[in-house]
Amino acid sequence: MNLSSSDFELFGVAMRFEQDPAVLSERWKALQATAHPDRFASGGAAEQRVAMQWSVRVNEAYQRLKDPLKRAAYLCTLHGVAIDAESNTAMPAEFLVQQMQWREALDEAADEPAVDALAQQVAGAQRDMIDSLRTLIDQRQDWPAAAAQVRALMFVRRFADDVARRIETLQD
Amino acid sequence: MALLQISEPGQSPDPHQRRIAVGIDLGTTHSLVAAVRHGAAECLPDAQGRAILPSVVRYAGEGRRQIGHDALAAQGHDAENTIASAKRLMGRTLADLGNAASLPYRLVDRPGMVGIETREGLKSPVEVSAEILASLRQRAEDTFDDELFGAVITVPAYFDDAQRQATKDAAKLAGLNVLRLINEPTAAAIAYGLDNASEGLYAIYDLGGGTFDISLLRLTRGVFEVVATGGDSALGGDDYDERLAQALLQRERAQPLSALSATDKRAWLQAARRAKEALSIHEDVELDVALTGQSLPLRASAAEFHAATADLTQRTLTLMRKVLRDAQVAPADVNGVVLVGGSTRMPQVRAAVAGFFGREPLTNLNPDEVVALGAAIQAHALAGHAQDSELLLLDVIPLSLGLETMGGLVERIIERNTTIPAAQAQEFTTFKDGQTAMALHVVQGERELVSDCRSLARFELRGIPPMVAGAARVRVTFQVDADGLLNVSAREVSSGVEAAILVKPSYGLSDEQITTMLQESFATAETDMPLRALREAKVDAERMVLATRAALQADADLLEPGEREGIERLVTQTEQAAAGDERDAIEAATRALAEGTEHFAAERMNRGIRRALAGRSVEEV
Repeated sequence: MNLSSSDFELFGVAMRFEQDPAVLSERWKALQATAHPDRFASGGAAEQRVAMQWSVRVNEAYQRLKDPLKRAAYLCTLHGVAIDAESNTAMPAEFLVQQMQWREALDEAADEPAVDALAQQVAGAQRDMIDSLRTLIDQRQDWPAAAAQVRALMFVRRFADDVARRIETLQD
Repeated sequence: MALLQISEPGQSPDPHQRRIAVGIDLGTTHSLVAAVRHGAAECLPDAQGRAILPSVVRYAGEGRRQIGHDALAAQGHDAENTIASAKRLMGRTLADLGNAASLPYRLVDRPGMVGIETREGLKSPVEVSAEILASLRQRAEDTFDDELFGAVITVPAYFDDAQRQATKDAAKLAGLNVLRLINEPTAAAIAYGLDNASEGLYAIYDLGGGTFDISLLRLTRGVFEVVATGGDSALGGDDYDERLAQALLQRERAQPLSALSATDKRAWLQAARRAKEALSIHEDVELDVALTGQSLPLRASAAEFHAATADLTQRTLTLMRKVLRDAQVAPADVNGVVLVGGSTRMPQVRAAVAGFFGREPLTNLNPDEVVALGAAIQAHALAGHAQDSELLLLDVIPLSLGLETMGGLVERIIERNTTIPAAQAQEFTTFKDGQTAMALHVVQGERELVSDCRSLARFELRGIPPMVAGAARVRVTFQVDADGLLNVSAREVSSGVEAAILVKPSYGLSDEQITTMLQESFATAETDMPLRALREAKVDAERMVLATRAALQADADLLEPGEREGIERLVTQTEQAAAGDERDAIEAATRALAEGTEHFAAERMNRGIRRALAGRSVEEV
């Protein structure tokens, strides 16, 4: 085990998409109980530097493992298929049509209930996409298809953020 | 000068026993210092038995200072030279302060942070805060009749990088070794958590004199995980006073507060504050406003007070809702609500919070003291007193950090509510053919436009080899340490050209400025700078020697043959240097010891990590 071990190795969990959030959280805390700089606050400079590196590494791994989107992207990359969201923007036509419909719906939504309804719809779509990632990765190991799904999910997540921001402005 | 202690031969006291660590709540209206004594955290009182030190500093002339109660008493007749609520000015420019007109001081716009014009010249809010911290440090040292090992200082969770850095600078100026800056609501949770052995999701509603903070924490067996935070660094009890003063003044004189002289303004604000306190118990109150040359009798009712401040309370609930949304939880998921800050004594605030969560908030600890008590418990643990796994704090950054990109847009690098310490790298590229330099602008905030976010620092990466636009690959790394302070570095990947910045100079105080302040007639600072530096070098050396000895005792088996002897030689050299009085030699030996044990520290950590997961084997695939 060292700083360049994979997130899965570091957390001692199987390298796959399906993960138990409770296990991840428990291991994150166990690792931080060892590595956190607070454990070395009265120690020497060398110890503090090493603690900082490890603590950052453990947090980075946890951020990636606990988020299904980041975890899926990480698994694709580990299997040699880059996500390349910036350069690879090709999406199926029906997906793009749906995105446009959602954007229009958000523009037209005048009050909180209307935006809320849209938020529910988008959340449902995200759940479905995560289910399909589970199948693509854990059952089929179809990395190119999983990477395409990750890119699509990134689109949807960005839209979900816009919806959330809109709800915030309506509530403030 | 205090006599130095000498122990009996062969019976040197356990070094850990001597480490006195305190928690300091540096508040907007009042500050406290607490420490763990005889196993329990308690606030340390002054010689008159008062735990609370009003956060007020008066520059009385001829280099004299009044700090705390005496300064507060002088506020009425010397408002301009008596600085209260300096915390609201920390790390802020005049443009950041929406309410500058209502403050009774002469504020001076300066790059990075406002200055306050006093009869003793221009003072920085950092200097004012340092006076308060130094006074508390003195109190603690008098209590223990010993020097402090270090302090944990609390800041509002919503404090941004500039405000945190300013707080750390103030501590440095006051001669305090900062073990950690921790968030006030987190400190409150620690005080409650350890007292009540609570588990589950807790909301900490902290309405102080000048700041409002809301944090959501998950407590599990000694681990305090901050799930989300929010708040407003310019909303607090002072605003309630001001609203009430405005309302009363409008009714009596049909005048705005800003039209009054500094002294009259102060008189109205003090009257409003007294009225507020009375109205937390009674339905109406009669009092006098001590104006220049006359005393004005006044009546105020609770209904009037509530009407004038309802939107302030409402705003706290809106911010609360936002934090719950960030954490994706509903009010009903929260297992307990903790009230912190003197302003939560207002009945309308308590009722609003209880209504929001549908449960009565916890108030069994003194809301004025709870933050300092929690900080003391954390300080005690950081000084190495607590047993392993007893207490672990996993905190988050309150605001997103990002970089300016083309078109004045923000590219967020580290999202808010990310657990710290954290690091994140992202690659950027050039915009023009042959571009050899890149201007990097670091910002903090949630908005998409740079102009709506807070500018933290600007720096340049120069010497990029000329390439076509978009060919350079500049990797920018953001690193946030456990105090929540940011470090940014940039590196062009193909050429290896580098630039880095500790995000500080553009708004904080430079190290030179701090040194200058320390050398100037600072009330409580040591007069003998070289002596102080020598002592600090000795303490560092001693700490390094102790840490290395403990490490060798625990894990010497990790070392290759010969390595141990090398490290022991460095330990001996450091000890010998520390016995002398040559600061350079002591520092060099300490540095050599740190470098010589780096590999050992890494090996020890690897072992620790393996042990942490021992018995939790990889699940079956």
